[in-house]
Order: sequence, then structure tokens, then C-alpha cells
Amino acid sequence: MSKLFSITEEPISIEQTVSLVSSPNAGAVNTFIGTVREFTKGKRTLYLEYQAYAAMAEAKLAEIGQEISQNWPETKTAITHRVGKLEIEDIAVVIAVSSPHRGDSYEASRYAIERIKEIVPIWKKEHWEDGEEWIGNQLETKSYRKGTPAEEDLI
Amino acid sequence: MNKILFFAALQEKAGKESIELDVSGKSVKEVKEFVALEYGLAKINESMTAINEEFAANDDVIQENDVIAFIPPVSGG
Repeated sequence: MSKLFSITEEPISIEQTVSLVSSPNAGAVNTFIGTVREFTKGKRTLYLEYQAYAAMAEAKLAEIGQEISQNWPETKTAITHRVGKLEIEDIAVVIAVSSPHRGDSYEASRYAIERIKEIVPIWKKEHWEDGEEWIGNQLETKSYRKGTPAEEDLI
Repeated sequence: MNKILFFAALQEKAGKESIELDVSGKSVKEVKEFVALEYGLAKINESMTAINEEFAANDDVIQENDVIAFIPPVSGG
């Protein structure tokens, strides 16, 4: 797993992702770790399932890396996103950004996770005690309900 | 011939990950309409479309051998 931008079915090594952006020019490495949360608005998640259009997702992650390089020169970015079945507390995504000075790596890291939720073809399916659902958009406010044919969902 | 990929809720609804179909010369919009009817995927209208792994517009025209993917609203991270 030496690619800067990768989709993997294996547990993510934080250290490995961080090592990809290590640089003598860097005075800071900011790491964002996205993990599987048990409760969302009071509802218990049993586990999550992530699916990706892997080839395109890696290309889009690389595109985010290019955007970051343009916006924050001299930074280096690596992003690893896991797919498959993830348990509570598992790591879903690791973003590492190194920069000569700390401010840029903080900003770029935040930018990366927000962009992932906009343009990278990865989907999350929530599994609950009483059902399951593909989460429909990055704001987690809209979803495709399965087995509950709301008017708007009818074909 | 073209390959058409489904993901997430669309994949479950279609019951398959992909189909092979010759849609060269058709617009993205036309392919969406056809697939929506054929596979009962009304939700496809909320999806973005990618041609050869790059986001495409509704009026883009499919070429021979293009790979088309319907991208439901994403929820990674």
C-alpha cells in the first residue's frame, strides 16, 4: 500500500499513510482519521459497509491531492479509504498532509475530507438493528430507504 | 458495446453490478431514461454519471467502448 491515494479492503495503517507524506521540508504532518460511529442521532449502528468505484475513487482522491497542492503549495497529501464491512470504531479513512508550517496542513486536511464527501465515488451503507440503508448524500441528511416505499421512492 | 456500472442502492435495485449494452451515439440522458425503465431505477435521475471514470453531463454523447457508471450521491469519509 504505497500509493498516495488508495482504496483498500484491508485495515488501514495510520503510520503507513503518514509515512507517505514524510518530507524533510515538512514542519508538520496533520492526520485526520475517520472512524465508524456507533450512534447517529440516537440510532445505533451495528456496522457499516462501504463500497467504492475503486478506479475512479482513486483518481478523484488524486485530484483532491492536486487541488491541495495548488491551494497550499509545498504540502504533500496521502489519502487511504477502506471499503467492505467495517465495525464500530474501525478506521474508514486516513488523510495525512505534511506542510512546511502547521497552518496549511490543518486547512488542507479539512478541505480533503469535505471534498471526499463531494466528489469521490464511495458509498456507505448503515446496518441497524431494524434495517439497513445506503446513505444518500454527503451531508447524511438524505437517504435511499430500503423496504419503506415512501411516495418519493416509488418507481 | 458499452459497459454500464451500478453502485450502492442502484446496484441492489438492479440486482447486478453491471450490464453490457450498445448505447454508443446516445446521450447520457437517453441512457438514463432507458435504464430507468428497463431496470426500474427511478433513482437514477438523482445520480451523477461518469464516462470512463470522469463525471459527465446529461447531454454528453456515449462513444463506442465507453464505460458508463451511474454515481448515486456519495457518502464516503
